[in-house]
Amino acid sequence: MTDTAAAALADTRAANETPMALFRRKFGAHKGGVAGLIVFIAILLIVYVGPLIHTIDPNKIDIRAKNQGPSLLHPFGTDNLGHDMLAQVMAGGQISLAVGMTAMLLSLLLGTLIGVLSGYFRRLDGPLMRLTDLFLALPLLPLLLVIILLFRDTLRTAFGPETGIFILIVFVIGITSWMHTARIVRGDVLAVKSQEFILAAKSSGMREYRIVLRHILPNVLSSIMVSATLGIAAAIITESALSFLGLGFPSDFPTWGRLLFDGTNFLQITPSRVMWPGLAISLTVLSINYVGDAIRDALDPRTVSR
Amino acid sequence: MKSLKILLAGTVAALALGGAAQAQRGTDGDLKILFWQAVSTLNPYLSGGTKEVYSSSMVIEPLARYDETGTLVPWLVSEIPTVANGGVASDMKSITWKIKPGVKWSDGSAFTADDVVFTWQYCTAPDGGCAQKAQYEGITKVEAVDPQTVKVSFAEPKYYPYGAFVGAQSPVIQKAQFKDCVGAKAPGCTAANFGPIGTGPFVVKEFKPNDVITFVANPNFRDAAKPAFASVTLKGGGDAASAARAVLETGEFDYGWNMQVEPEVLETMMKAGKGKLVTAFGTQVERINLNWTNPDPALGDKRSTVEGGKHPSLSDPAVRKALSMAIDRDIINEAGYGAAGKPTCNIVPAPDIYISTANDWCLKQDIAGANKLLDDAGWKKGGDGIRAKNGVKLSYLYQTSTNSVRQGTQALVKDWWQQIGVASELRNISASVFFGGDPASPDTFQKFYADVEMYTNNFDGTDPEKYLTEWLCNKIPAPANGWQGQNMPRYCNPDYDKIVAELSKTSDLKQRAELAKKANDMLTAEGAHIPLIHRGQISSTAVTLQGVRMNAWDSELWNVADWSRKK
Repeated sequence: MTDTAAAALADTRAANETPMALFRRKFGAHKGGVAGLIVFIAILLIVYVGPLIHTIDPNKIDIRAKNQGPSLLHPFGTDNLGHDMLAQVMAGGQISLAVGMTAMLLSLLLGTLIGVLSGYFRRLDGPLMRLTDLFLALPLLPLLLVIILLFRDTLRTAFGPETGIFILIVFVIGITSWMHTARIVRGDVLAVKSQEFILAAKSSGMREYRIVLRHILPNVLSSIMVSATLGIAAAIITESALSFLGLGFPSDFPTWGRLLFDGTNFLQITPSRVMWPGLAISLTVLSINYVGDAIRDALDPRTVSR
Repeated sequence: MKSLKILLAGTVAALALGGAAQAQRGTDGDLKILFWQAVSTLNPYLSGGTKEVYSSSMVIEPLARYDETGTLVPWLVSEIPTVANGGVASDMKSITWKIKPGVKWSDGSAFTADDVVFTWQYCTAPDGGCAQKAQYEGITKVEAVDPQTVKVSFAEPKYYPYGAFVGAQSPVIQKAQFKDCVGAKAPGCTAANFGPIGTGPFVVKEFKPNDVITFVANPNFRDAAKPAFASVTLKGGGDAASAARAVLETGEFDYGWNMQVEPEVLETMMKAGKGKLVTAFGTQVERINLNWTNPDPALGDKRSTVEGGKHPSLSDPAVRKALSMAIDRDIINEAGYGAAGKPTCNIVPAPDIYISTANDWCLKQDIAGANKLLDDAGWKKGGDGIRAKNGVKLSYLYQTSTNSVRQGTQALVKDWWQQIGVASELRNISASVFFGGDPASPDTFQKFYADVEMYTNNFDGTDPEKYLTEWLCNKIPAPANGWQGQNMPRYCNPDYDKIVAELSKTSDLKQRAELAKKANDMLTAEGAHIPLIHRGQISSTAVTLQGVRMNAWDSELWNVADWSRKK
């Protein structure tokens, strides 16, 4: 009895709410999501606003202050050349987050496009899925090597060393990580497509692109969100692997992954060199995961009736 | 530091004496060696890389080689030819080697003078792209007088005739195996290049390029009691720090080559007590090569070649000198080398008689002086703090191999150059690519598609003549010679060529030293390169391994036949 009453109340409230308010309420109900959002905003603030407060230049070398533990002047200690680790972590965060986000968006866009097209249009299904298989079967590292060797110098002259490499890395990560999203999205689209409301939309004369945008996409958004959150983490880690191989950013260009790799040799001497970048990567990935989880719950049309 | 070295030398000597007593072939199991730069071929004539030279030295051997003190010792010959024993002609135009009787190839056939003659033909064949051509400089003829006697004749009197067939860079290969691999066909002979038949203590069993090589004891080795190990596993790849850890801290490997790791990291690892470091100061110099030719990608095939023209800014001597003045070598040494290095301004840093002090101005950092030099030369600072003249900016691409010490040095140098208004973009390339010599890769140190590059090189033996020929005009790497020359800076000065030519005609040791110093000074003063650190070779050995006599003058594995396991 009370259940139905509560449900009825929720229904009337839902009916009166704007979609934005509904989203906010449902997001707020997800405790992990809220916590994740707070942590993520905190990381963004530290990374982008922090350098205005802690003003040491991340590339300033002070060899006399090498391998120091945490102190008031260097809260995260220093590395073996006397770089301030806090400044390096903050500068690295700006790059890592930018690479992670952009590469994730690119791979998401590609993956969703290909997944929806191949799930919704039967005729495209075969060729697009074989293309996906092809990309999955490609050995990644040699492919990356070839792409980087071919385009590095061109992009370097066109955009300068830093922007050129940023574009290249984002492109390389994006182009090699969309396949899983595409497959998941295709599966979801196939399931949603066979449901009655799509048939209803079709018979009401709705155009195909509107069906895709209004009816299919909101229903598969949950899996896209999951892919997105995982994608950021994968992109940050792939970037560090590339930098480690000497294919990514130059060595004086700190990123979280590079700081982590450089620090591993010094794990026994200055553990903070590994701890902070590692913590930063983990917290970012974890918080984005929770936020993604909450967004998915909030956007899922099936939870409306609950 | 000195006491440490003496201590190490002492232990090594004691171990060597102890191990020689009751050895028997193949009784000590497997010897595990770790080269963190993986080996890509076992034919040192096709790759100048130290890793190839060292790894192949277990299989193929020269006629004579240098021991750890730099003394020439007969290896496959019965004695070192001299003028006194009649081995070297009195006009210094020929040298005659007498091969030791009973030396056999690992396939059982006899080692004869024909093989030695063939080795010379192989390396000097046109289109062969032989990486060790400098060893055979000035030889007109190598002939087999009889199966046990080889006569090497020179065009001009050669006052240091121990170049060809001496040291790890000039081993003798088997004629029967390589006879169809001469000239342009050389790189295609995969089976021979990956598994040369040799006279050394070990035979190649399996070769996986850029990965693992397994060797087994040579059943036909001339000393029936050696080698003590039945097999050798030479693993390649990884990085210096993990190699150091594998020997010093976890004890998974017996020998790790080239421990270029920050000194404080090595110290921490040593606390585990599984291994120790062995050092020897030879002739290794970490240097920054300046590209005298234009590496602009817009030049296409002509980039970094003489045809592509001069470098737009590095062709100015003032710039080259200022770049050197801005560097504080003491700090580089302290940050990355510790006991395994000392600052230097010479490219020939040893032996003592060749050490020049003419360029010691470079030992002291002088930022103000460098700034003034650049101001006077007309390079004016722009709004971004970078100097420029006639639209040419002092902005350099600075490449080296991936290695934390080198990246540390890069960061330091970049910082100092910044202070004199020179911008630099850092790039690091995986060591196996950078030193791999693959003509298809744009990232090799030979192609030098950058403005400056940093690495270490050295010479075998104690005589720098051959080494100094590397800066001759005709040693410039170019597409025509398969990028095989050793003159990386593309330095070319007829006066320098003259000094080296004179050096090759001089027999008096004192005069030779004067000429070598002159050539060395010229290279540094003119800025072919910026010498940074005289590096000791530093490798690590397990405490259970005995017989290692760390050698800076030849292959580190030169006496691997004498190595054994402490019981």
